[in-house]
Amino acid sequence: MRKGPSRVGLFAYAILYLAFLYVPVLFLPLFSLNDSVFIAFPLSGFTTQWYEAMLSDDAMLRALRNSLEVGTATALLSTLLGLLTAKALTQFRVPGSAALLGFTSLPLFIPDIVLGISLLILLDAANLPLSLLSVIAGHTLICVPFAITVLLSRLEGFDKSLEEASRDLGENAWMSFWRVTFPLALPGIISSLLLTFIVSFDEFLIAYFLAGNEATLPIYIWSQLRFPYKLPEVLALGAAILIASTLLVVFAEWLRSRGLEDRKHIMVGA
Amino acid sequence: MSDETFLKIDHVSKRFGAVLAVDDADLAIRRGEFFSLLGPSGCGKTTLLRIIAGFEFPDLGEILFEGVRMTDEPANRRPSNMVFQSYAIFPHLNVSDNIAYGLRKERLDKATLKRRVLDALAMIKLEGFETRRADELSGGQRQRVALARALVLKPKVLLLDEPLGALDRRLREAMQLELRALQKSLGITFVFVTHDQEEALSMSDRVAVMSAGRVLQVATPRVLYESPNCREVADFIGQMNFFAGRIVARDGTQARVELGPLGQTSLAIDGPVGSEILVALRPEKIVLSADARSNSVKGNVAALAYLGERSHYSIAVEGLKETIFVADQNSAKSPIRGLAGGDVVYLSWSPDALVVLPWSL
Repeated sequence: MRKGPSRVGLFAYAILYLAFLYVPVLFLPLFSLNDSVFIAFPLSGFTTQWYEAMLSDDAMLRALRNSLEVGTATALLSTLLGLLTAKALTQFRVPGSAALLGFTSLPLFIPDIVLGISLLILLDAANLPLSLLSVIAGHTLICVPFAITVLLSRLEGFDKSLEEASRDLGENAWMSFWRVTFPLALPGIISSLLLTFIVSFDEFLIAYFLAGNEATLPIYIWSQLRFPYKLPEVLALGAAILIASTLLVVFAEWLRSRGLEDRKHIMVGA
Repeated sequence: MSDETFLKIDHVSKRFGAVLAVDDADLAIRRGEFFSLLGPSGCGKTTLLRIIAGFEFPDLGEILFEGVRMTDEPANRRPSNMVFQSYAIFPHLNVSDNIAYGLRKERLDKATLKRRVLDALAMIKLEGFETRRADELSGGQRQRVALARALVLKPKVLLLDEPLGALDRRLREAMQLELRALQKSLGITFVFVTHDQEEALSMSDRVAVMSAGRVLQVATPRVLYESPNCREVADFIGQMNFFAGRIVARDGTQARVELGPLGQTSLAIDGPVGSEILVALRPEKIVLSADARSNSVKGNVAALAYLGERSHYSIAVEGLKETIFVADQNSAKSPIRGLAGGDVVYLSWSPDALVVLPWSL
């Protein structure tokens, strides 16, 4: 009989792999509920005081609001730009579309620290003040490639005659977009919004260079790490963000799989 | 059917890069006519249909609906509707919403809208399918929905782009009859694109045969089959035997034509003595017999295929490079039943079965 890799060995590898990924993350909620400033075992007791402290920390709440604003603006802006690009690339035979696609995804391959510094130099040279607006601009730059990728794969499989059918049935180009392309692209649009929001919400380096006097949440957390007594509060914040982003990712994944199912139907029609 | 020109395609040409997709197409389609554009794939028939629909715009020429110039109008401003080859059923809408899609602009009240949709569903015999999603429909049902979605707008012209191509044979034949009946009862002009010559012949009032962007002949199915105007049409519609001939004598309108090993025959054609002509003969117009008759030609059975109600024979005639293709009904009184390969057989035909074509090849 042929001897493959032992099943037990593979199973153990899988468990170790998952543990390495998720156990450190699980320490966050665990210690955020621990009644001690020190992050160490044994646990000293259950408390919600770090969450209370977090909710009454005005600087933190301000940073959270900044991050939500930047994330929302970035998500809307980059998804809109991505949608326009994906629509153009799928609808028309754009000359040099491969090169265009390569250029738009270039920011993915430039280290954020290089982008951050070059944007800082640019804004300084143009005499533009640093603010949340400059962070939004920087984040949009890195998020547009994600939006294009998500939306391109969504729009690519469409039967082109769907929009033509709409034109033929009396709607102009704009209404055809709203009544046919937009609803069909909606799962892609939503997952693009979520993805770009999370990329922006999470981003530290570019925000660090471009935020000026304001702080986004990652910058705020970074600044708090200097104060050991603040650490449990940061853990509480981390745990809250973890739960919120897990929910978002699950939602996005659910939408995406639903979108894939729709696509199958469209392909049948093609 | 009235003779007035309803849809005029006036010397339309369209080029895609180096390819001349439509080359000076000039058609006058009549009101209430079932008009087919027939040709092999890539002949420009779909491009011409898309020019009529308003999805493509001609480089030269004009499109006129009832005498009104529509050449530059986009699809949403033309009085035509289309049934797409892929059907293009909106996957995010159910059957009712698909059918009601184009009615939005008519701003109907709810009851009227519902009645129009139900009437359309009844017309295509899909009552009870209102809330079905596009993916819950079979190919034939999708085709019906596409048809209803276009017809509910009461178009002046319905354009159909190979709508039966994706259906299986049995369903296709049923839909051919149904489409034809629908067209007659509604009285709407249909422009139907197909590469299937049988389909075009059986359904159409008139057919335009296209090849390489050009319209070769526009005629009724009978005229196309009996009197093709060129070798390409004769070759594309049904089976055809071609023979080279030469006028050897002339007596008034009658010319004496020498057909090489097939002997001489009298034909009413123009042309001076000595001119070369091309003669075509349908396989089913050739009579096979076991014995020589007057003016018959001797041949040998090179190959035969038994097809049930008829048989196909390839007959080799001495002096002819190509075998002659003969179709014979397997009727009880056929004198040549039980013919086998290699058998000697005599071919004869009536001179009026011969079609004289211009030498295009």
